[in-house]
Amino acid sequence: MLWVTLTSANALTPSAPESLQVQAQQFTLANGMSLIVKPDRRAPTAVHMLWLRVGSMEEVDGTSGVAHVLEHMLFKGTPNVPGGEFSRRVAALGGRDNAFTSHDYTGYYQQIPSARLADVMQLEADRFAHNQWPDEEFKKELEVVKEERRMRTEDNPRALMYEALNATVFVASPYRRPIVGWMSDLEALKPEDARAFYQRWYVPANAAVVVAGDVDVAEVRRLAEKYYGSIPSRAVPERKPRVEPMQTGIKRMAFKAPAEQALVTLAYKVPSFQSFEGGPDEDDALALTVLAAVLDGYSGARLERALTQGPNRLADSAGADNGLWGRGPQLFTLSAVPAQGETAEEVEAALREQVARIAAEGVSEAELNRVKTQWVASEVYKLDSVFNQARELGTSWVQGQPLDANERVIERLRTVTAEQVKAVASKYFGDDQLTVARLLPQPLNKERKPRAAVAGARH
Amino acid sequence: MNLMITFKKIIGQAVLIVATSLVGLHAATAAIAIEHWTQPSGAQVFLVQSHAIPMVDVQLDFDAGSRRDPAAQVGLASVTASMSGMGVRANPARGEPALDENALGEAWADLGANFGGHASSDRMSFALRSLTYPDLLAKAVPLAARQLAEPSFPADIWQRERETMSAAIKEANTRPATLAQRAFDQAVYGVHPYGYDTTEDSLKRIEVTHMAELYRQMLQPCRAKVSLVGALTRAQADALVAQLLAGLAGSQSSTAGDAHCQALPAVVEVAPLSQASEQRIAFDSAQAHVLLGQPGYKRNDPDFFALLVGNYILGGGGFVSRLTNEVREKRGLSYSVYSYFAPGLHAGAFTLGLQTRPDQADQALQVSRDVLARFVADGPTEAELQAAKDNLIGGFALRLDSNRKLLDNVANIAWNNLPLDYLDNWTQRVQNITVADIKAAFQRKLQPDRMVTVVLGGAGASAQ
Repeated sequence: MLWVTLTSANALTPSAPESLQVQAQQFTLANGMSLIVKPDRRAPTAVHMLWLRVGSMEEVDGTSGVAHVLEHMLFKGTPNVPGGEFSRRVAALGGRDNAFTSHDYTGYYQQIPSARLADVMQLEADRFAHNQWPDEEFKKELEVVKEERRMRTEDNPRALMYEALNATVFVASPYRRPIVGWMSDLEALKPEDARAFYQRWYVPANAAVVVAGDVDVAEVRRLAEKYYGSIPSRAVPERKPRVEPMQTGIKRMAFKAPAEQALVTLAYKVPSFQSFEGGPDEDDALALTVLAAVLDGYSGARLERALTQGPNRLADSAGADNGLWGRGPQLFTLSAVPAQGETAEEVEAALREQVARIAAEGVSEAELNRVKTQWVASEVYKLDSVFNQARELGTSWVQGQPLDANERVIERLRTVTAEQVKAVASKYFGDDQLTVARLLPQPLNKERKPRAAVAGARH
Repeated sequence: MNLMITFKKIIGQAVLIVATSLVGLHAATAAIAIEHWTQPSGAQVFLVQSHAIPMVDVQLDFDAGSRRDPAAQVGLASVTASMSGMGVRANPARGEPALDENALGEAWADLGANFGGHASSDRMSFALRSLTYPDLLAKAVPLAARQLAEPSFPADIWQRERETMSAAIKEANTRPATLAQRAFDQAVYGVHPYGYDTTEDSLKRIEVTHMAELYRQMLQPCRAKVSLVGALTRAQADALVAQLLAGLAGSQSSTAGDAHCQALPAVVEVAPLSQASEQRIAFDSAQAHVLLGQPGYKRNDPDFFALLVGNYILGGGGFVSRLTNEVREKRGLSYSVYSYFAPGLHAGAFTLGLQTRPDQADQALQVSRDVLARFVADGPTEAELQAAKDNLIGGFALRLDSNRKLLDNVANIAWNNLPLDYLDNWTQRVQNITVADIKAAFQRKLQPDRMVTVVLGGAGASAQ
């Protein structure tokens, strides 16, 4: 245990080393809200998170970025807590707070001394139900979000290329839009857009409270009933399926940006892991994750060896990733940064060759065992971070998965055979489901005049 | 592709870590028991037993950071640390064959463990993370010991690494953040090693023989500070450390007269600035990068706590700092605005930074300068100080609530020669700080009229 000696009655009592797996428990409040509690009593701290099953994928064209802007606006007040006061109160409790938005979800969290849990639950429930701010606050915060977009995306050529790649890979899926939003959509975003999104999606049955740390399950449940349970229930809006149509041929895109290094990314549409009761697609999704790990799961794995080593190396770096699961369609990506003097064509061919080799020859038992060993070890290491445990629980809930989804996926991954890995390597890497993006570096133009602000940008 | 996440505010600005990786202890809670002893080799060991999870984290720190890089071979410490993971020599005495980089990578993956080195300005550090299941740990520790003591520093691998590092440097040189930081560091540090910049040229002058020599001189058990947090008894930890260091020269014993343990030469101090400077650098980017600062203070400075608490109020405290309030919340000028000190063995920089649309850079700079000047002149208000104490003291436990965080704190105590009860007294030290302390400390350390200003982006102008 972390807390070795005790000097005061206020601290937790010294407990024996706990079982590694104190299971998380899940409840549903009367208004439909979910509650997930995971005790971990190593230290007198807790993390409290509110997860919404709404992210940028619920947006529609013209208002991209509204989920993320709204996330910023949740800090701007309620009738009871003036704008800016939320973070000040959390700080006064000794806590830290922040929030995050992805394609699949929006989340808010506070890390606090566990004795302060009730205070942050009250604060979070208040803004979940009563977020309210003047238009002027929205206009200011929108400028902050535009600066965020400039920082993360516009001055980063690789981020720009991935933004363009997503917009090329996906046709109907909302994954085609950037989470932060297109700049012109941000320019045109109105306070009413954010308010409407809030009204529509921030309903109890579309939310889950996740609490992990030095807490008592029954007590957390009592607090959740008290603070969140009284929020009136409302129907969760219907979600349009927006199914990504079958891609039937290769897509290629070039992206020019000021840079020194090129970048090649191959994105293949692959099945996603939907359910533990699933069938062949689920098995394939798992096998694709093992394939990615065999290619790039440890120092000295296949891609590194084949592309970045030796006198004839083609790349400065190379990687593989399988999305596995999520609310939308998943991709298997191969990428590499060509070494100086090497062409994107050669690098693309080399990446494909590595998959083709596995399709032809399979993988060794040693490789298979190696990647499985790493996952098993990571399950132990992850217990060190209460925050990461809470984040995993929230992600599982968002995807409609059981609380022990990660443990169960690793159990399933351990059963994947070399034969399955070989099979998916030959099944999913044809050209028809492939999109290739190349970053074409352009010289920095030091003489060029700096970019003008977008017309009508501000005041 | 759905992994991209965007936050309301970047969590814990990486650059802030130096300034805030201190530890807190709630007045009314547990003390952390740090066991400390010195091995016959001279290695100093610091242990916190944490038995809830069957894992251990070990960190070894040596006084071999980049501040000791020869001026002609800037980057030597950093590349030596990373190259130490690129293969180990054969050890005929023990019948162990050489391992190349891939064999080493596979060996670590097979154990579900990892070990590697890196260098910061002050230290060269090596970190081991392993499960403590006896069969695994019994393999992980000797492997780490071999990597620590018998790196092969293969010349062909170094040639490749030099190429990929040079390519990465060229790429970084197209980014506004890199260029602004370099101009700032050079202006603040002058010729001091804290301002050294690894370049393609400096990498060209580094050979594997330099790495081996650096290793021989610096990596000795008598110079090691070893911090451990994990499921080990003291006896187990003692044996682990002895085994880890067994292959290094002088592992058997150390006596004061041994040449290998003589004091290392002093490194010059950072010189104070004599006047203000301002650089306006034209660059075609969506944002201008604004940096403002000067040399700060050394970690052993008696003003440490006043500056820690004061900077929380000025620009360190997340959403509630004065800078965030004035620049972001009131005016919407920036997503990120911050200030931090970087105290080390020398006076690391005080840095105030932000990014904003180029046409707003002057306004944001002016607001920041006003906030800074007023803070240095008047100090915080009583209310601000109380809010800072509420957060720092109330939230102390959040600085210690994982093995990883504990390890950072133990290594901090070990490296900076802080007392073993440092964590027990931390909140009291914060509690004792007054408005007058902060005002006086900031006035001693910061001179707003003699600072470096860098504005990169927008039309620019030549240096003034």
